[in-house]
Amino acid sequence: MTEQPIIRFEHVTKQYDNDPAVLNDVSFEIERGKFYTLLGPSGCGKTTILRLIAGFIEPSKGTISFNGKNVNHVPANKRQVNTVFQDYALFPHLNVFENVAFGLRIKKMKNQTVEQKVKEALRFVNLEGYENREIKEMSGGQRQRVAIARAIVNEPELILLDEPLSALDLKLRTEMQYELRELQRNLGITFIFVTHDQEEALAMSDEIFVLNNGNIEQSGSPNDIYDEPINRFVADFIGESNIVSGTMIDDYVVNFTGKTFECVDGGFNKNEEVEIVIRPEDLEISSPVDGKLRVKVDSQLFRGVHYEISCYDEDGNEWLVHSTKKAIVGEEIGLFFEPEAIHVMRYGETEEEFDKRLEAYEEGSYES
Amino acid sequence: MKAKSRNYYLIPYILWIALFVITPILLVVYYSFFNIEGEFTFENYQKFFTPVYLKMTFSSFWYAFLITFFTFIIAYPTAYLLTKTKHKQLWLLLIIVPSWINLLLKAYAFIGIFGTYGAANNFLEVMGVGGKQILFTDFSFVFVSVYIFLPFMILPIFNALDKLNPSLVDAAKDLGASGWTTFKRVTFPLTLDGVKAGCQIVFIPALSLFMLTRLIAGNRVITLGTAIEQHFLVTQDWGMGATIAVFLIIAMVIIMLITGKRKGGVM
Repeated sequence: MTEQPIIRFEHVTKQYDNDPAVLNDVSFEIERGKFYTLLGPSGCGKTTILRLIAGFIEPSKGTISFNGKNVNHVPANKRQVNTVFQDYALFPHLNVFENVAFGLRIKKMKNQTVEQKVKEALRFVNLEGYENREIKEMSGGQRQRVAIARAIVNEPELILLDEPLSALDLKLRTEMQYELRELQRNLGITFIFVTHDQEEALAMSDEIFVLNNGNIEQSGSPNDIYDEPINRFVADFIGESNIVSGTMIDDYVVNFTGKTFECVDGGFNKNEEVEIVIRPEDLEISSPVDGKLRVKVDSQLFRGVHYEISCYDEDGNEWLVHSTKKAIVGEEIGLFFEPEAIHVMRYGETEEEFDKRLEAYEEGSYES
Repeated sequence: MKAKSRNYYLIPYILWIALFVITPILLVVYYSFFNIEGEFTFENYQKFFTPVYLKMTFSSFWYAFLITFFTFIIAYPTAYLLTKTKHKQLWLLLIIVPSWINLLLKAYAFIGIFGTYGAANNFLEVMGVGGKQILFTDFSFVFVSVYIFLPFMILPIFNALDKLNPSLVDAAKDLGASGWTTFKRVTFPLTLDGVKAGCQIVFIPALSLFMLTRLIAGNRVITLGTAIEQHFLVTQDWGMGATIAVFLIIAMVIIMLITGKRKGGVM
């Protein structure tokens, strides 16, 4: 499995004039045929990465390689990459057919081939029979599909999607998430998807890069990132979380809110200061006596699938609970959780150190 | 009640249009049916189709075309570069400023520059080319006209380019188009409305230029505009002048129809 990555970033920095760097010494690899998501708040550099891959901008430092070849100075029109733009960027003076055919016409393909390929691409995105429509006659969702068809018709090795769903309403967006995911599987093309919507990222990706301030905070499968966030930013950005500070007494023993708990993390120094994450859905409501924590219910919201209950413990820490059971505001309840629900985070740990520690203590646990 | 009072507000506009647009046109048409002795006749129209006037019409259109063409050739790249500059509004202002100066003043300035002992000839002599007759040539006529019309062409093209969504250009490049193909297939078609507006603004006045034909072209270039002026002021043949004016109006309407079509078809 030593297949060459399709894209490789090595210490890439992008900086405009003397402003702070938009991307700061970023390195990563993109493997063929997977669905990647670049996730982060606005201004984190995710669109910059996309524009670097597309070739609209050049890196200030570092190298970008495409199939092992340095493409730092290769312009966009010479790259085997196609982009689906945030505002779709469909050509208003051309109809649907000509929009999709644009790339093929540039390659001077025969009319017959163009027609066949465009029809096929439109069929892929469920837009058969819309060939002669003008762009302004299409709805937002349809434009979205035209933009995707225009990208896939060129059979690129890589498709970049810049927040393509952000302009759609919620229902259409969820629908398109399924469709995009399926499209990627059917085509087998590598997708790089940019979004600030963590739910979208979790639902669609094989691999997520969480970005913040021009750095990759963490990368991994949706499960890894959700269950094992590397730091407070990731834990906070991906899903709801309860984060409290604590002390690592020993491997698999952690102390927070004045109590000692069993956990499944290790590889820390003795009595190291750490942060604890417990996801709201991992907390169960119990009687005050049975619970591992004793809290007072402060407020409750009905969210449809579950209740979102906000509680406070004696130290004033907020505990968010997602439960299908209703709680009574003002009442004292117990919170129960399994040792696996506790995730311990080290302060200032990089992704590399995090992975190394994880490996080290997992090996250790196998030996014992 | 409301609709009624709104109608009262229309009165000034209706009066204005009736007095200063419709009446003059009707008067022009009316005068075109009278000869120099004040008798009703169609001979003005017959005269218009004689070689003298047809040649004049042709040369009017030819020079207007040349002026529009060269103005466009200069204006489009200028407007394009302007949209790429950092302080584009400031640059635009600098280009617009000369259009605030009176046409006549600019024409006289060019007489000074292009004259036998003017700056242009001095320069040519220093360069070793030697003095040349610049003033009163086709070249100087077209050159000065282009100079005068340039801002009017740049402005609409600049606006069209400025409004163009930059991600469309990115999209074209992304789909494999080179810089030139992108321009040919995306940028230019999408700014065509600006180009049409610019050509209208230049071509129509260029058709009836008369001041410059005298001052810069030294009456060597006789256009319909010159002919109208001559008939009204020199020969006093108002009928013939009005007839030429009628044909000019018709030509302008046709040009407006050709270039003004397909509004809202783009974007």
